[in-house]
Amino acid sequence: MAETDIETPVAGRAEPPAGGHGGLPRSRRVRRVTGGDRVVVGLMMGVPTLLVVALVVFPAIATVVLSFARWNGIGGLGTIQWIGTENYTNVFTNYPPFAPAMEHNLLWLAILFFLATPFGMFLAVLLDKEIKGSRFYQTAVYLPVVLSLALVGFIWQLFYSRDQGLINGLLGTTVDWYGDSKVNIWAVLVASSWRHVGYIMLLYLAGLKGIDPSLREAAAVDGASQTRTFFQIVFPVLRPINIIVLVITVIEALRAFDLVWVVNKGRNGLELISALVTQNVVGEASRIGFGSALATIMLVISLVFVSTYVVTVMREEER
Amino acid sequence: MSRPRTEAEYLARLVPASASALGRRSLLKGAFGAGAALLLPGALAACGSSSSAAGGASTAASGSSAAAAAAVSGTLKVGSNYSDDVPKKAMQAEADAFKAANSGVTVNLNTVDHNTFQENINNYLQGKPDDVFTWFAGYRMRFFASQGLAGDLSDVWSKLTGFSDAFKKASTGDDGKQYFVPIYNYPWAVFYRPSLWKEKGYTVPKTLDEFKKLGAQMKKDGLAPIAFADKDGWPAMGTFDILNMRINGYQFHVDLMAGKKTWNGPEVKKVFDVWTELLPLHQDAALGRTWQEAAQSLQQKKSGMYLLGSFVAQQVDNGKDLDFFAFPEIDPAIGADAIDAPIDGFMMSAKPSNEAAAKAFLSFLGGKEAGAIWGKTDPSNVLANTEADTSAYTDLQKKSAEIIGASKSIAQFLDRDTRPDFASTVMIPQLQAFIKDPKSVSGILDSIESQKKSIFVS
Repeated sequence: MAETDIETPVAGRAEPPAGGHGGLPRSRRVRRVTGGDRVVVGLMMGVPTLLVVALVVFPAIATVVLSFARWNGIGGLGTIQWIGTENYTNVFTNYPPFAPAMEHNLLWLAILFFLATPFGMFLAVLLDKEIKGSRFYQTAVYLPVVLSLALVGFIWQLFYSRDQGLINGLLGTTVDWYGDSKVNIWAVLVASSWRHVGYIMLLYLAGLKGIDPSLREAAAVDGASQTRTFFQIVFPVLRPINIIVLVITVIEALRAFDLVWVVNKGRNGLELISALVTQNVVGEASRIGFGSALATIMLVISLVFVSTYVVTVMREEER
Repeated sequence: MSRPRTEAEYLARLVPASASALGRRSLLKGAFGAGAALLLPGALAACGSSSSAAGGASTAASGSSAAAAAAVSGTLKVGSNYSDDVPKKAMQAEADAFKAANSGVTVNLNTVDHNTFQENINNYLQGKPDDVFTWFAGYRMRFFASQGLAGDLSDVWSKLTGFSDAFKKASTGDDGKQYFVPIYNYPWAVFYRPSLWKEKGYTVPKTLDEFKKLGAQMKKDGLAPIAFADKDGWPAMGTFDILNMRINGYQFHVDLMAGKKTWNGPEVKKVFDVWTELLPLHQDAALGRTWQEAAQSLQQKKSGMYLLGSFVAQQVDNGKDLDFFAFPEIDPAIGADAIDAPIDGFMMSAKPSNEAAAKAFLSFLGGKEAGAIWGKTDPSNVLANTEADTSAYTDLQKKSAEIIGASKSIAQFLDRDTRPDFASTVMIPQLQAFIKDPKSVSGILDSIESQKKSIFVS
């Protein structure tokens, strides 16, 4: 079994990419793999696999299984009561924070996708123009990314505080930015986007710097405008970066948690699925089954995006 | 739900809202965390700071208590959630005094951050818990007792003196045995600044009507009559508790918390009706404010009074120029003799490694010497043992002791009297929904009742 496992990677490297499949010389080379190599490759494959299974696959399966149970986390596994889909029924029909949490997660995704990410890309294109002081702008825009979201929440608290905050102080208003459930999600989204923009900017800038200048020169010689050059030459060339940016945007939207948790533990207008899972599972509440049902719902949503991504990437490779 | 008891704890909370959130985040990173969180029993035991009781402790309590006289030896492990300076010192002083009276014992004090301790209590008690640990009276205590995670302390209690029946009742599990040794408690009442009231000529209201009239007068005088904050979700529970006990009585409170009464019945409806009438007298935008900020408005004389636990004193000139009264009577047939006065204390784990020493230590903690030591080190609470030396009490402490002593029934507070899963995942969001939109109260009550039914099954 090990032999066939090793065959592909080793052979793949030994053969030039343009080379054809099959043929005797290649299989002869495979036999030259020493026992030491096998151990190394086995370790390199085995250890990560083990880690993934133990830290990702097993907890994920356990979460799904527990979502059909009622359990307070005390006592052995024998104390778990299996109650079928009752947790899911309760999540959907008997848990008022759930609907707003779904809305907020989708809103989060929409804002990041339609506003923050394009704005970050736009900044990257501007900074790519080598304008005066571009290093400074680059640092300024990227700085929030270095800060943890928890710290970002604290910084924005200084702006948003109703009685002592900067915004209300300057505008003379008394808007309760973090307390009023009609505005606090927007206030938090501004803070979150502030950080996201810098991240996307840096990623995209790295991509732009890697573009062969001759492409642009050719476009300029052909008389294409700047806008046209970007949309018809640069953007398609940056396809791999675009996919990364898209994936990161989705990931950021789904795992949004820290900021709302810092503000008010994900209540009162700031419900997010991740915060609800935490409220139910961590701490004294210990509604393990109910929280797991919420986590499973989130897992399913994530899987939709993950599988779309995997399918796209695989099709790419087949081509 | 924990209430900061010292200024240090309050200050520590201003920033580390983020720090504590980080702890949770690392526990629950991403969507798959629910399962992973289950895999961490006993993680808590590893993250505390350990400190041994110093051998050369200050002179021990002169007459060491009778129970402690029986020679005990070995190492005693004590888990403490008193992570802030003042109570931490008090806890260390207790350990030192016990050690001085029992030279054969080494006390290992394992102090864990207050919130972390609470969040991990389930895993902690199922892992390798310390012999003795700090905890709260009420449902939270009875729950662990009935799950078999706490040790029976009936024989310790048989030798304890100086506790009222109310305290013994609060220390008793569902099976009639005692599982808890109280150290102190603190009352919830309406706090105000006498200097402001004297200047404006306000007097303490005796009935709900007088209370409303006073509020209206304060509003006219440009004050926010009742300071109010519910960003953290638990302070509004205090308002609900006191209105419920004034309107429906203590026994109804107990039954409601136990899930035996309905939330959408006429009794609870009436509580929310009265609350709706009072809401305009409360400070607005409460959901964006912490109790510390609300207490600041009392301190700055921008609001007239504040219904909160006596820990409010930490925010108001250290309790100077601060007085309080019990929430006024609403229904003469019910009276005004019930009060929220949460009790803190100690429990023994189910399988202590050094049972003799654990029981000796708990007997010591329940004695009057231990009470006096605590009172001297941490003067913000009322000592549970009535025989303890109270000569150093401040005026506020004296009055707190009086109001608790005068109360016929003592409740522990909503989140200590009912299931924690119900209190935190149902009551907090629903009370916030009520404060946001008082008109939707009947929908809210129906939802509470229906969620309650899904939770109160096991």
